[in-house]
Amino acid sequence: MAPIARLLLLALLSTALTISSGSGDGYTINGRVKIPQGLGTKGFALPGKTSNVKVILNGGQIVTYLRPDGYFLFQNIPAGTHLIEVAAIGYFFSPVRVDVSARNPGKVQAALTENRRGLSELVLEPLRDEQYYEIREPFSIMSVVKSPMGLMVGFMLVVVFLMPKLVENMDPEEMRRAQEEMRNQGVPSLASLLPGGGRN
Amino acid sequence: MAIMSFIFVFFFFSSLQPILSLYEDQVGLMDWHQQYIGKVKQAVFHTHKTGRKRVVASTEQNIIATLDLRSGEIFWRHVLGPNDVVDGIDIALGKYVITLSSGGSILRAWNLPDGQMVWESSLHGPKHSKSLLLTTNLIIEKDNSLIVFSNGRLNAVSCIDGEVLWKKDFEEESLEVQQVIQPPGSDFIYVVGFAASSQFETYKINAKNGELLKHESTAFSGRFSGEVSLVSSETVAALDSTGSILLTISFHNGKISSQQTPVSNLLEDSPGLAVIIHSSVTGIFAIKTDAATIFIRVIGEGKLEVVEKTNHETVVSDALTISEGQQAFALVQHAGSNIHLTVKPAHDWDSNLLKESIKMDQQRGFVHKVFINNYIRTDRSHGFRALIVMEDHSLLLLQQGAIVWSREDGLASIIDVTTSELPVEKAGVSVAKVELNLFEWLKGHVLKLKGTLMLATPEDIAAIQYMRLKSSEKSKMTRDHNGFRKLLIALTRAGKLFALHTGDGRIVWSHLLQSLHKSESCRQPIGLNLHQWQVPHHHALDENPSVLVVGRCGPSSDALGVLSLVDSYTGKEFSSLRLVHSVAQVIPLPYTDSTEQRLHLLIDADKHAHLYPKTPEAIDIFQSEFSNVYWYSVDDDNGIIKGYALKTKCSGNVADEFCFDSRELWSIVLPSESEKIITTATRKLNEAVHTQAKLIADQDVMYKYISSNLLFVATVAPKASGEIGSVTPEESWLVVYLIDTVTGRVLHRMTHHGSQGPVQAVLSENWVVYHYFNLRAHRYEMSVIEIYDQSRADNKDVWKLVVGNHNLTSPVSSYSRAEVITKSQSYFFTHSLKAIAVTLTVKGITSKQLLIGTIGDQVLALDKRFLDPRRSVNPTQAEREEGIIPLTDSLPIIPQSYITHSLRVEGLQSIITVAAKLESTTLVFAHGLDLFFTHYAPSRTYDSLTEDFSYALLLITIVALVAAIFVTWILSQRKELQDRWR
Repeated sequence: MAPIARLLLLALLSTALTISSGSGDGYTINGRVKIPQGLGTKGFALPGKTSNVKVILNGGQIVTYLRPDGYFLFQNIPAGTHLIEVAAIGYFFSPVRVDVSARNPGKVQAALTENRRGLSELVLEPLRDEQYYEIREPFSIMSVVKSPMGLMVGFMLVVVFLMPKLVENMDPEEMRRAQEEMRNQGVPSLASLLPGGGRN
Repeated sequence: MAIMSFIFVFFFFSSLQPILSLYEDQVGLMDWHQQYIGKVKQAVFHTHKTGRKRVVASTEQNIIATLDLRSGEIFWRHVLGPNDVVDGIDIALGKYVITLSSGGSILRAWNLPDGQMVWESSLHGPKHSKSLLLTTNLIIEKDNSLIVFSNGRLNAVSCIDGEVLWKKDFEEESLEVQQVIQPPGSDFIYVVGFAASSQFETYKINAKNGELLKHESTAFSGRFSGEVSLVSSETVAALDSTGSILLTISFHNGKISSQQTPVSNLLEDSPGLAVIIHSSVTGIFAIKTDAATIFIRVIGEGKLEVVEKTNHETVVSDALTISEGQQAFALVQHAGSNIHLTVKPAHDWDSNLLKESIKMDQQRGFVHKVFINNYIRTDRSHGFRALIVMEDHSLLLLQQGAIVWSREDGLASIIDVTTSELPVEKAGVSVAKVELNLFEWLKGHVLKLKGTLMLATPEDIAAIQYMRLKSSEKSKMTRDHNGFRKLLIALTRAGKLFALHTGDGRIVWSHLLQSLHKSESCRQPIGLNLHQWQVPHHHALDENPSVLVVGRCGPSSDALGVLSLVDSYTGKEFSSLRLVHSVAQVIPLPYTDSTEQRLHLLIDADKHAHLYPKTPEAIDIFQSEFSNVYWYSVDDDNGIIKGYALKTKCSGNVADEFCFDSRELWSIVLPSESEKIITTATRKLNEAVHTQAKLIADQDVMYKYISSNLLFVATVAPKASGEIGSVTPEESWLVVYLIDTVTGRVLHRMTHHGSQGPVQAVLSENWVVYHYFNLRAHRYEMSVIEIYDQSRADNKDVWKLVVGNHNLTSPVSSYSRAEVITKSQSYFFTHSLKAIAVTLTVKGITSKQLLIGTIGDQVLALDKRFLDPRRSVNPTQAEREEGIIPLTDSLPIIPQSYITHSLRVEGLQSIITVAAKLESTTLVFAHGLDLFFTHYAPSRTYDSLTEDFSYALLLITIVALVAAIFVTWILSQRKELQDRWR
């Protein structure tokens, strides 16, 4: 049953004229919004739930909603170049430029404005899904080490355990000289800490 | 050295965290979101089936929503476009909500449980007409069908798929169809209307195929006016255009017979002009005069009888069929602070099915609408519930003499918002009971620590989340250190003032303003704006702060003004004034009197300035600053911008010392054939700028041109002022101006060829950012203009500063003709815009971010650095260090920087930013149909610890350090001792 329905849908799709001259004073824009199933929709609308997707013409002039199969329809549209936007929480849609031609009605001309890609038929798909929240990283030792407190502790450990090692590796001669110097000096003064000042 | 650099690199990487964004568990900590539907126009109950009981409502804000009948919560809600006004709603087949909208040309069906649109069909017709929706249980070709009359055409539409089964045109030019009636149990339809206002026409139509069965018409000597009221399925009542003669017309079997009864026959005193109230109760109709509502019963052939005359404000519901052949309807009347709800059977006026008296908050005003629904009680008698819509647009459900729930839907139409500080916490006031004791505090932090260390059980996590959300700290009624707790004071279209607490969004008080109440002298009052009237400094606390509400009696700009002063702590209206002049503009002056009342200048339509408050002290203060007051006006229709200054006291006939004449200083006349003003923008009065100097790469300085008198004006070609798609790029252009409003000097003018509006603009410091549509690229664009003061540019020489040869201390004045240079750049932006604002901090040190309300009703934060005219494709090393981002052709949209995260602020209208006391943080309030509030820190909260800072971890670290010190101390002592023994 399901494959047949899909086949039917496909057939419908390929035959659907995107723009047709409707009754009255304008044209009709007919299109479809396709939200891929199973795309990362964690936390937002259920996959494939289309009841809150709005399709907006020319920045709010006409707002319409999707039918269960994803189709939408704008009627009584004058000839000209129009802009269709899709507002769906969790997805990023590119606005679509649609040319409704008065000279040869029924001609489809649609292009995504974001990447200037032409569309052979008015099937709108999200360019990417939008994740509005940061993902909280699981607890790891690295995050504690990277935090200011962790760095503080790390620095202290370095001073406590590595410095003596460095001192040990020093030449005993030099070591003695330095100790001598320190003894001579008594209290270390600011001058001795300055570069070049410690040589007196 | 190596270690130091290692640590430095470490620090650097740890600070390179992703930009300001939210974790999912932080939702609701700083922000709140409230959803509304607006003033209900029509409501239909769905209570037949077992399961959830719902009510479907359409509102004046073009919303269709279903609410839970138990709690008033929204199940689903759809906001239709601004021109897609809902004409009628109904429930069909027990599972579809049918809506007729856009002047009867769009018929949609929505799935009742989840709001998914099922089908949509468009109905066109030969001419415009009234739109009527009628659900029937008619079965045509096995389908249940709807009968819709719209645009001069009668359609039968299938409920299943929206297919039009048959249609019948009523093309006669002058025909005004008033009612479409299907007598119960029959398979024909009556279409009833007036032709040429004096002829009564009935068409009898076969409901199965739309075939015309019979057409009758009768001429009437007078003219009909307005509506007809259905008395029975074959009788209508109407009024003539003078409002003094009542007509009852019956068209039984297509034969028209009418009876005329002068209204004065029924009532002793002459009632004045009467109007018929739309109702559908069998046998009874109602007319309304200035003084009373009169219920009239039709007995037999056109005989009329007055059954009741009520002098109170009375509202009647539509008829409700409660059992076979029995109808009931509800009446709501006011009596003091109570309302009386009465449900009567249609056939017997004197008996009541229900009579209840309910105490009603005076601040809700009168009842505007009532909808009733019945249920069967356990003892098999009928019970009734009533949904009432009040004057303040709130929606209440009444059942068993009590208010079951209420919704403050007035908040869906906010006109203006201001803020007020809360009272300072006094020493004597006991707030300690809400504070947690130390043990609880510590326990909370230990829980939090467990959370961060991933040791918490699911119950612990729930406890942590509950603790964070319900923190009593944020909803206290006192001022806090950081300035996060404030009152948001909102004026709604219904003339009601609400105070919302910024902590949790609850309503602290609400007040229906007397000055904006309908009255004899003021028939159509509308609120205009809110201003802070008195903001007492917090060491002089004997006075409460107050706000000024400005309104006018009617939509035109020369209608008389009204003022109200409202206490911001209590919501008491302590003064209400009816002005003798109109209000075109309100200018808050930067002066306050000794009681800290701010001086306001109200400009009327004749360009007279009126000073408020009207005290001698105010006039003294004002006299000394008389020559420093300038203002401007923008006349969109004629394309004229004018600047004014004060001249003398009013020369009018009455000696009014608070009134001043103005003189025109300058005017800019834009050529009307090529330019039409569409947008203006100015700086916020309370915006703080930290420094005028801007350090740029290689130690150079640029001086921002900062003037509070800067005005941004955008004009488009008159042809291009319509919608997108109506013009070609060649015949449209957008011109922007930067104007000094004191001298009228045009500081900058720029043309964007091939572009059109709508333009959204924001002006702050020395820059303006605006959004428009580029027709050539067919994309939206955002441009930035920055303006710099050249006359100070040579101050960067240190020697000049030393010698004193500089002009840094000279005051900035609009009189001096400063040399300015402007820089500008444009970028593509994906979305349409509904609103734009900029973050506002208390001292203006924190870098700015733009807050962009997109067409999808989300609010996006965009760093101002992306809109920097000094961006280039390849910035030099110095520029990179300064923080200049390499140029890209479009502005990035980072999903994590939506400050509304995964919420929508439906029908977004404006974004308001308020500075908190904490320099890093700005409070953002976005309103439309929904309300959304959050704290936002454009450069992170660098001046305070964040909410998720773990005090427990800090404590543990300190304890561990102290312990380590002790241990090492003991160890070293022991070692020393051993050394000595050796």
